[in-house]
Amino acid sequence: MPLVRNGQIVADDFVSVDGDAELPADGAVLVPAARFLAEADALTKLNRPLGVVWPNNRDVAELEPWLDRLALVALVFPTFRDGRAHSQARRLREIYGYRGELRATGQVLRDQFTFLLRNGFDAFDVKKEADAHAFDEATHRYTEFYQPTGDGHLSALQLRKQRHKVTAT
Amino acid sequence: MYAYDEIDRTLVNERVAEFRDQVQRRLSGELTEDEFKVLRLMNGVYLQLHAYMFRVAIPYGTLSSAQLRKLAHVARKYDRGYGHFTTRQNIQFNWIALKDLPDALADLAEVGIHAMQTSGNCTRNVTADQWGGVAPDEVEDPRVWAEILRQHTALHPEFSFLPRKFKFAITAADHDRAAIKVHDIGLRLIKNDAGETGFEVLVGGGLGRSPFIAKTIKPFVPGRDILSYVEAILRVYNQYGRRDNIYKARIKILVHELGIEKFAAEVEQAWREIADGPLTLDDEMIEDIRSRFVYPAYEKLSAEPAELRAAAADPRFEAWRKNSVAPHRQPGYAIVTLSLKPVGGPPGDATAEQMDAIADLADKYSFGEIRVGHEQNLALPHVAKRDLPALWAALDAIGVATPNVNLVSDIIACPGLDYCSLANARSIPIAQELTRRFANHETANLIGRLHVNISGCINACGHHHVGHIGILGVEKNDQEVYQITIGGRADEHAKLGELIGPAVPYAEVADVIEDIVEAYLALREKPEELFVDTVKRLGVEPFKERVYATR
Repeated sequence: MPLVRNGQIVADDFVSVDGDAELPADGAVLVPAARFLAEADALTKLNRPLGVVWPNNRDVAELEPWLDRLALVALVFPTFRDGRAHSQARRLREIYGYRGELRATGQVLRDQFTFLLRNGFDAFDVKKEADAHAFDEATHRYTEFYQPTGDGHLSALQLRKQRHKVTAT
Repeated sequence: MYAYDEIDRTLVNERVAEFRDQVQRRLSGELTEDEFKVLRLMNGVYLQLHAYMFRVAIPYGTLSSAQLRKLAHVARKYDRGYGHFTTRQNIQFNWIALKDLPDALADLAEVGIHAMQTSGNCTRNVTADQWGGVAPDEVEDPRVWAEILRQHTALHPEFSFLPRKFKFAITAADHDRAAIKVHDIGLRLIKNDAGETGFEVLVGGGLGRSPFIAKTIKPFVPGRDILSYVEAILRVYNQYGRRDNIYKARIKILVHELGIEKFAAEVEQAWREIADGPLTLDDEMIEDIRSRFVYPAYEKLSAEPAELRAAAADPRFEAWRKNSVAPHRQPGYAIVTLSLKPVGGPPGDATAEQMDAIADLADKYSFGEIRVGHEQNLALPHVAKRDLPALWAALDAIGVATPNVNLVSDIIACPGLDYCSLANARSIPIAQELTRRFANHETANLIGRLHVNISGCINACGHHHVGHIGILGVEKNDQEVYQITIGGRADEHAKLGELIGPAVPYAEVADVIEDIVEAYLALREKPEELFVDTVKRLGVEPFKERVYATR
């Protein structure tokens, strides 16, 4: 499964470590939520990039105290039809101010890329090779957006207001 | 009506291009049917018994004549020459080919019509009082707010994969013509004591196999906060709505299981996180949307023109006028309902020729505007009273002047087993038979206001729970049988109907309905007491006794 980060296909520098397996000697590690919560103090002191896989039925508010020490939060789409992680992503970015890597995992398909980007994801564990290569095309289909999200695009309502100001001056 | 600007046009065109690409990938096999299904549903494409069905949105039920002509064009070019208006201000085409869909969408986009989110587990077409902007009893035009909500919910990145579908309805009038209490979110536009515009917000209404009447979650949300408040409701629902069982996934179940107080507290907390954020509306934003609604330049006209007095001698005209013409906020004008319920016809269908003719009449008599109501009828919203006789003659000639609006033969029905792959029983033939039984206009008038709603399965697309008489088709031992409820209603006093007795076979349904109506005529206190009020006063029992005595 290719990883797309900031629009580019890249090698994954995080190593996934299961619940009770030993951590590798060095490098970035990605641990499950249960292990992270059990060992958060120790893990965040290790001085290595740390990531957590957060399930879609657990409140992301629990992560708040650790967010500035996390390099990666991986959210999960068991199927693309289960949209819970969309809300988790927006809350992490827009309410808790998380700035590290936010990765979409699970059934991540081309037709959801734009939504995911708008909700604050910047990394994508893409299910199909062809979709990863189509990332640029798929995320430039839309030039106008009705909703304001944390992605920096002005919403239609905000844009119209700005245009009125320009016309007025 | 609302005039698209460059942003709206661009977005709809981009959506058409995206869908064209998705269809292409499906036809080439790059997308599996499972992956494509959700994508096509989000653009209103269902797979039905015989073919693909294509559902097109008519937001808040407002159409221009150019838009109606384009719908006629789609019916003619890509379908079999007719369309079916639904209970949620959509139109459905039943025989369209997958390969033609992108072109049909592109044609519709030329006049600012789309099919975004007319199906799927996302926010659906925002519906409103079909008399918005012209009803004498409204606070202000609800369509301005419906349009703000339409835009906000279109391609919403967070709420396109909800546990289940999600429907908004808005009314701004005392009398609820939008059935807001049977919607996931119902909004009642009101002014508070300070004269500020806002909404009573209701949540958790819905029909289907577990019907619920919506409950008030907040008695007043100021207009500027409405987007952030509904965002909070949707966010709570997206995270906590059930995903383990499709039949328990609507917000009504979440509200029911948590209780409205606990649900409201969750929403309040989610709202606090985003209130006063970028979703807060300011006057400029609201005015910008309002300014793009075009209102007719009404003339100062007589409320009792000579043309009307002269035509009063014609009893057919008078019967229609009394039945289908409603008061308008502007003196000298009227709202005219066009019945799509001819005797023996399927409810809500219109042919391409009828649509074209209605578009021409709208240009001539209604400032180019048409409305679509949830009762599956159309309306011309701005007709000068002096034009009523001429308009009536033209409507009569194309078969949309049956004077049965709100009467027993003005039936709401889903497509049923004749078209739908979910249905267990036929709906349309039952409706057709009932219109024949009650074809006599004088009898229907004597009976008075009476809503008969028919669904061909438990999913309740025909809103049977809230019909004054509700008919639900179910399957039992390979037979179509029908459960009958009475006393339901969908307005501001919304209530679910009660079962009157054992289910009856297909062939007996019309007889039973006739018996129920006869029982009502015998039981009512006075002619002014409506069917639904008699049921309220007496309960189901006396009806049951009379109807089932001989069965």
